[in-house]
Amino acid sequence: MSVQVEATTQTIAEAARTALAEEMRRDERVWALGEDLAMGGIFGQYKGLLAEFGEQRIVSTPISESMIVNVGFGSALVGTRPVVEMRILDFALCAWDELINQIAKARYMFGGQANVPIVVRMPQGIGRHQGAQHSQSLEAWLVHTPGLVVLAPASAADEKGLLKAAIRCDDPVVMLEPKVLWQTPGEVPAGDHLTPIGIARIARAGSDVTLVTWSTLVPSALEAAQSAAADGISVEVIDLRSLWPWDRRAVLASVAKTKRAVIAHEAVQVGGLGGEIAASIAEELALPVSRVGAPRMPVAYAPALENEYRVGPQRIVAALRKIVR
Amino acid sequence: MSHPPQADRRALGLAFLRTMVRIREFEDRARLAYDTGKIPGVVHLSIGQEAVAAGVCANLRPDDYVTSTHRGHGHCIAKGADTTGMMSELYGRATGTCKGKGGSMHIADFSVGMLGANGVVGGGIGIAVGAAQGARLLGKSVASVCFFGDGAVNRGPFLEGLNWAAVYTLPVLFICEDNQFSAFTRASTTTAGQGAHVRAEAIGVRSVLVDGNDVFAVYDAAHTFIENMRAGTGPAFIHAPTYRLDGHTVFDKAGYRSDEELATQRDLDPITLLEAQLRKWGVDERAIGGAREAARIEMDAACAAADRAPFPDPADAYADVQLIGAPQ
Repeated sequence: MSVQVEATTQTIAEAARTALAEEMRRDERVWALGEDLAMGGIFGQYKGLLAEFGEQRIVSTPISESMIVNVGFGSALVGTRPVVEMRILDFALCAWDELINQIAKARYMFGGQANVPIVVRMPQGIGRHQGAQHSQSLEAWLVHTPGLVVLAPASAADEKGLLKAAIRCDDPVVMLEPKVLWQTPGEVPAGDHLTPIGIARIARAGSDVTLVTWSTLVPSALEAAQSAAADGISVEVIDLRSLWPWDRRAVLASVAKTKRAVIAHEAVQVGGLGGEIAASIAEELALPVSRVGAPRMPVAYAPALENEYRVGPQRIVAALRKIVR
Repeated sequence: MSHPPQADRRALGLAFLRTMVRIREFEDRARLAYDTGKIPGVVHLSIGQEAVAAGVCANLRPDDYVTSTHRGHGHCIAKGADTTGMMSELYGRATGTCKGKGGSMHIADFSVGMLGANGVVGGGIGIAVGAAQGARLLGKSVASVCFFGDGAVNRGPFLEGLNWAAVYTLPVLFICEDNQFSAFTRASTTTAGQGAHVRAEAIGVRSVLVDGNDVFAVYDAAHTFIENMRAGTGPAFIHAPTYRLDGHTVFDKAGYRSDEELATQRDLDPITLLEAQLRKWGVDERAIGGAREAARIEMDAACAAADRAPFPDPADAYADVQLIGAPQ
């Protein structure tokens, strides 16, 4: 199966596959390991790569999450550039010691002797009604951990550009991929497209209120902005896409212009990253800010219950109306 | 390069002795430095366990890899780390191996293939396995050695790491340096089954039980395994029971064991045993004394250098966090 995709319209999964294939062709030190990679990965994001790169570089592993991450770590210390697949974020919790205690701190506690150029991929968020252990968004934990770069693309172009940038980054990078958006198509720049780490994207320009969001909630935010426009509210939507470092300059510049901000994320609101951004806006600009996040409860299975957790466009629109009026 | 086992055992024994007394002297001095307030933080001593580090590492080349534990001074020294840098690290000085960022539990010296002591029990297992897999991908033919204690065999990485190394036929030598205590608790009271080597064998890793206080036995077992590993036979496992003559940390007086037990174990001190063996073989007393004297001189200098070295500039706390998105 060919992994050469020339089309400029790709799904996020196809963009991910293209990005990894391009980087593996460019740099022989790049390899990938994780469960079921030889089968193409559970979302098809590794489809066809085994045939091109062989089993030394596309490694299907045991279901041993802590070892998957720590093997990646050890291999990075000796000069390779591993791409580590966690299947879904929830399973990465089995490797939290390796990620938080080992990888994130290695450069620091070894006095700068070691870089750890590893990418740990964690598809996150609500998917197809899979319950409390397959639906979490835990970016706040990761952003809270010194040593890690945390990325969260929401489009095919950014999936390609950020994954390629992550693979070339000499810091450990956690790539939070938007599980529910894997099959969403988008325009992807051809060739060696890199998205700069730490730079937000203005997903929609506006003048009355800044809406900061990321990952799975970007489509909801754009839908909410469209609804608000019908009420005469002009919303500037910022897709943060890098969560650490996050683009303070872009966010503060937008809020300085619109004079108010709403931050929306799929994760639980309490202790969420939205609080950090809101506090930064309050400290720097002393302008009104509000947050929209999930209630502090696990994600339920039954759609009627699961929907109570979801931050949909309606909740975002309500927050926009409230802060503007 | 490694020594063939049939080579002059006396010369080999003297080489072991030099390494073991260097480790012992380093740790005796570290304990003294802690007691006199020169070392600010926690130190875990491996006094009594030196034969394991010395016997294994005598088989290694500079480009082979080692991962270690919170009780890792011996592994670092035996792998060739500089003792002045190490002592300065314990003293919390800018000239330390890790510039004062790591301390005793995080000593690493990448220039000699020492990929880090580790503050988490079992934390080094996966790193050693990954180093072996990474080296193979890069076309390097090296061995990767992983030291861990009796406590680590009850953690998940033990199962995951041994299975992984066996599945991918990786050149990893696992060393269970069994000092009989998991922190303050006797390991036998918290570990089921017939021992770490039996557990390893059940996972599918070739395994052997050796006396961890007999440096020749450790050396010979490691020698065979490492030579086989270099030929591509996959991982191996050594269970080396020894005895921790000091407490868990320098704070721990180890009141949970009897004076009689300790006295018995002191008679089995691996350095005492090795010296007795060398004397029996007619090794010159001056050579034996010379090894101890050289270690004293080396560690005098290491401590003096550490004591003279500057403390880190507080501004350096912000360095080396990460390249992108570092603290502002």
